[in-house]
Amino acid sequence: MTADHPISEIGEAPLLPAHITPARVSEQVTSVTERPARLGWWLYFGSSLLLFGVLGASVSYLFWEGIGVWGNNSPVAWAWDITNFVWWIGIGHAGTLISAILFLFRQRWRTSINRFAEAMTLFAVICALLFPLIHVGRPWHIYYTLPIPNQMGVWPNFKSPLLWDVFAVGTYFTVSLLFWYVGLLPDLATARDRARSLFRKRVYGFAALGWRGSHRHWRHYERAYLILAALSTPLVLSVHSVVSFDFATSVIPGWHTTIFPPYFVAGAVFSGFAMVMTLMLIARQVFDLEELITLQHLELMNKILLVTGSMVGFAYATEFFVAMSSDNPYERYAFINRATGPYWWAYCIMVTCNVLSPQLFWFRRLRTSVPVMFAVSILVNVGMWFERFVIIVTSLHRDYLPSAWGYFRPTLVDIGCFVGSLGLFFTLFALFLRWVPQVAMFEVKAILPGAQPGHRPQHPDEPRPAPSAVPQPGRQHPEHGDLPAEAVLEPKEA
Amino acid sequence: MSADADSTRPALLLAEFETPDQIVSAAERVRKAGYEKWDVHTPYPVHGMDAAMGLPDSRLGWIVLASALLGLLAAVGMMQWMNGYDYPLVIGGKPPEAYASMVPVMFELTVLLGAFGATFGMLALNRIPRHHHPVFHSERFEACSNDKFFLSIEADDKQFDPQATRAFLERLEPSHLELIEEAA
Repeated sequence: MTADHPISEIGEAPLLPAHITPARVSEQVTSVTERPARLGWWLYFGSSLLLFGVLGASVSYLFWEGIGVWGNNSPVAWAWDITNFVWWIGIGHAGTLISAILFLFRQRWRTSINRFAEAMTLFAVICALLFPLIHVGRPWHIYYTLPIPNQMGVWPNFKSPLLWDVFAVGTYFTVSLLFWYVGLLPDLATARDRARSLFRKRVYGFAALGWRGSHRHWRHYERAYLILAALSTPLVLSVHSVVSFDFATSVIPGWHTTIFPPYFVAGAVFSGFAMVMTLMLIARQVFDLEELITLQHLELMNKILLVTGSMVGFAYATEFFVAMSSDNPYERYAFINRATGPYWWAYCIMVTCNVLSPQLFWFRRLRTSVPVMFAVSILVNVGMWFERFVIIVTSLHRDYLPSAWGYFRPTLVDIGCFVGSLGLFFTLFALFLRWVPQVAMFEVKAILPGAQPGHRPQHPDEPRPAPSAVPQPGRQHPEHGDLPAEAVLEPKEA
Repeated sequence: MSADADSTRPALLLAEFETPDQIVSAAERVRKAGYEKWDVHTPYPVHGMDAAMGLPDSRLGWIVLASALLGLLAAVGMMQWMNGYDYPLVIGGKPPEAYASMVPVMFELTVLLGAFGATFGMLALNRIPRHHHPVFHSERFEACSNDKFFLSIEADDKQFDPQATRAFLERLEPSHLELIEEAA
């Protein structure tokens, strides 16, 4: 929502090519919801729905039999369920990062991808919320965690990090939903105004709340968006910190470390960006959005993957170093066991996927290659899942006494719950892609070349031509960056 | 929308413009002419429009501050009363009313109520949801959410005069100008 100009002196080019007009943005984005779905969408939706069915079956069986059908045992009482919870929450974080933090830093390139990322946050948090719910074993008692009067006359224990989690994740979901919906309002109005059938007019019209683009409204709207971004930024940092408190406030070697909050947040952003990348590359292909989500956007995202991946690698090293120099034999053992014990293979996958694979992005050729970035994004998703697994399971499986040592093996129900949650996520995402404007149209329009008034005073009796009517072939090439910024950006006077 | 002359009355004059520069300078002229009940409709927020329309800063921040503080107070009050007074719980040898471990929930509820304040405060200040507005009677207004810029002067304005205001708007050289009527 900002019109800061690209800095031509350092080779920045306008983000979108000059032939993209506001009308074209509306057409490209909204028409996805108007025309019949393509075969690609049906394939994607069908296979997601199938996986979602796996979730239904697994969870039904789990509720019927109880959580003994999982591989969890003593001492490994937390396993895939909590791994999945932490992983999904982390994936959600990139959405908030893109929509809120990059907004506050005026990173204009976010406008093409923020709607995606916010939707991803919502759906990832829904998947995350599922796991603590089914992990409690008696999901009909989950209301014990809420401060509502009950027959026992006792209140929740607010000194417990698990309770902080309830508030943190609940707030996170609610605020993400509000942020997403507020951002959608003007685009729902576009969908309403383009609608030809009464049904579409009614549905999108109802959702758009009668938005009429009034500048008296934009004034409060922009302020609301700014404040929501400012509130979401500390919120997103707090959520994964609170999730990490679940571990850090315990006295388990391998969990009881002060590095956890920043380490979890960096990992969350890293895994979330990888997931945005995976989803975006698919949607870009299926819906032909290459004009709006350009290679430049993808390259910038890869740079963030490289940075956060290196931060995560640094955190692994720090954690190991601190444990080794701690002079605490249990702490030392936990880390040596993590890397060389029975779960050495999980540790190897984690380091290879998270630390080594993003290093490919040091090379421009690799960071602008779509197949490479798709592969790396998948590897990072896998690696971050293993990071959560390594932290949780390897710290638990060897208790203080060798008589209390064990090994965790997932059962079919474990696998069904995890794979099924992917199905839930992708099903929601497929519905979103089909029915909701998937790119923030009004934000993209606001940063198109010529979308904002020039700063020179102009006599109203000499209207300028529409900026899109003036073809400027050189505008999209960074090589022409030696032109003065005004000449590159401003529509020429007729 | 045209209907019988005796059952309708003018609601507003709607002028359509093609470019952001035109709409900003048109808005400046309308403000200088002294109109009060008028508005600009754009597909995206146009920079410099606040100054052109002479709008003051949004008051939303104060609403958010109040609701966020309310969230903080609610969190402190709830936890102190529940864990400290109504059913004191001694956990880990800490005093039941110890504050330190209550900070995360205080923070979350502050943010939650602040976000409610931002969202619902914005809707309230804008008086939406409102699905019926005279501008929607224009068939051309659909383009407002696409790529056209509109300026409307309401008939309720003290200075509004069907002929004079129309002539004034014509001098701004809109690409289209129409009178919107509503049921009397």
